[in-house]
Amino acid sequence: MSKTKKIQIKAFRFNAETDYLPYYKSYEMEVEKNEVILDLLNRLKYEHDGSFSYRRSCRHGICGSCAIKVNGKPVLACKENAHDLIGLFGDELIFEPQSKQRVIKDMIIDKEDFWEKHAAIKPYVECDIDPHPTKENLISKEEVENILNADYCIQCGNCHYACPALSVNGDFFGPAAFVAAYRFTADTRDNASVERLELTAKLGQGVWDCVKCFECVEACPKEINPLEKITKLHNLQFEKNIAKSNVATKHAEGFVRSIKKHGFLDEADIVKYSEGPIGTLKHMKDALKMLKAGKIHLSDQLPFVDNMPKSKNLDEIQKLIEISQTNKL
Amino acid sequence: MSNLKYALYTGCTAKESTPELLSSTLAVGEKLGIELHILEEASCCGASHLQDFDPFLSDVLNARNICYAEKTGYTMVTLCNTCQINLSLTKEKLDSDDVYKAKVNKKLKETGLEYKGSVAIKHFLYVLVDDYGTENIKAKVEVPLSEYNIAPFYGCHNIRPSHLHAQNNGKENPYRPTSLERLIESLEGVSVEYASKNKCCGFHVDLQAPNTSNTLTGNALVDAIDNNADIVVTPCPLCHLNMDIKQESAGKLLGRDINIPVLHMPQMVALALGCTPKEIGLKYHITKAKQLIS
Repeated sequence: MSKTKKIQIKAFRFNAETDYLPYYKSYEMEVEKNEVILDLLNRLKYEHDGSFSYRRSCRHGICGSCAIKVNGKPVLACKENAHDLIGLFGDELIFEPQSKQRVIKDMIIDKEDFWEKHAAIKPYVECDIDPHPTKENLISKEEVENILNADYCIQCGNCHYACPALSVNGDFFGPAAFVAAYRFTADTRDNASVERLELTAKLGQGVWDCVKCFECVEACPKEINPLEKITKLHNLQFEKNIAKSNVATKHAEGFVRSIKKHGFLDEADIVKYSEGPIGTLKHMKDALKMLKAGKIHLSDQLPFVDNMPKSKNLDEIQKLIEISQTNKL
Repeated sequence: MSNLKYALYTGCTAKESTPELLSSTLAVGEKLGIELHILEEASCCGASHLQDFDPFLSDVLNARNICYAEKTGYTMVTLCNTCQINLSLTKEKLDSDDVYKAKVNKKLKETGLEYKGSVAIKHFLYVLVDDYGTENIKAKVEVPLSEYNIAPFYGCHNIRPSHLHAQNNGKENPYRPTSLERLIESLEGVSVEYASKNKCCGFHVDLQAPNTSNTLTGNALVDAIDNNADIVVTPCPLCHLNMDIKQESAGKLLGRDINIPVLHMPQMVALALGCTPKEIGLKYHITKAKQLIS
């Protein structure tokens, strides 16, 4: 196999100061086996078009500047081997900015929304400290491990701009802000954890609006798994009694009620239970359609009607719930 | 084809709001000679929501679910992407942490069960595509789907996070999955290429964030329609529920007329293998698949 590969690079081009619309331009390149995407960005600028613009700095996967999308996959350009991507996507690589809506020039975007949300969750340890301590303020190994790898975040924005919930809801904090929220909330020296948990519990902006698509997990170049931290924030809301009773928290907790009764989830009951009587009304149109099509099972919603399936050995399930349930709403 | 046998974890949806998923799966099993033993003892996987509320309880219950598959000795098969991921996440946690496994097993012991970690978990899509094989499926096609442009919709939890699915569950590249296309082509259907095929349908926030949910579902359906699809097909019943039931509300939100039938993956296979529309339960769909019924 030859060590170099001849490929086409199709690059997104746009200059907010002069262009009315963005366009794509193709460049041919011989790519060496050990070249990373940042090398190709550099060569595109040096060898083909000096006006081509992108961010770069450390070249070591730690500053988070050179994050772009290649064929839709969020990458950190300095970390991603070009031949690996050619293996995945073939011999046409498409270079695009993280967000086409926020582009300033070519690969460079305005990350203001990212930084605003990051700042809003207080990404620092808030505590009263002695300005002249006589000894170090140490925390234990276990306390550090509880932060998981949330402190690896380099704020590249890959997860933020890969998040579909954020793309349709501008109020949503997004995965990077949640990772930071978890990182500092889990820090035992911090005094702002309640405030952060309340911020991230609020419907519309908080963790309950996460669609659980795992795009952020796939997008992170530091393998942080933001969704794991989002789940931790959900769990902490219940553990610290911050969770308020609302449609989302009742939906999560309502699973226990259904499983205890049937082993399965009672799909009709969980909507009724989570929404409450008034909230349930807005689902009536869909519910009637579903009833007509034979899609709804009922247990105790109507008298004398119970066609809910039940798990065999339901008593085992009930016993396990009784001895294993840890959280309450 | 050697005798394929599996322990079938149906999940809640196939027993309740999408009975057509279970009946068409069993029909495909029968046509292809794949033995599916239903795990009647199984409970709900928690659908990622119980996990938000009580992670330990959800691991105990899913470990119990896996125990019953282990008793059969067969690979555990799921019909829902979200069941697939929740069972796999529990398995990953228990198999990588002996202390946690012992903590869960201490609870299970009270019901006479023990989680061992001895079975693999895979979605029925990959039983068909990888274990049975698309070439072998192609040889069994009685009614080619050549008249239809079929848009594959993967659903998140079978393709992401890729490391979780890399062992036994399809090993897809989440940015360029191929199994559904290969399956559609083996049934002689025309596979539709469109950008939304690996995107999220928004199902999991349907109650608390209906605008997010309906916009994501609507965007995917409109993308399929604009790329000339006649039918959408998905391996996930939760995507199916959102995409089948929410077409009117999503259409209203996006200012588009959305009307496109959505099939469960096994329904599509069953049709090509000669099952009738009645056998695959098309009557349970909200958006009627008129072109298939006539």
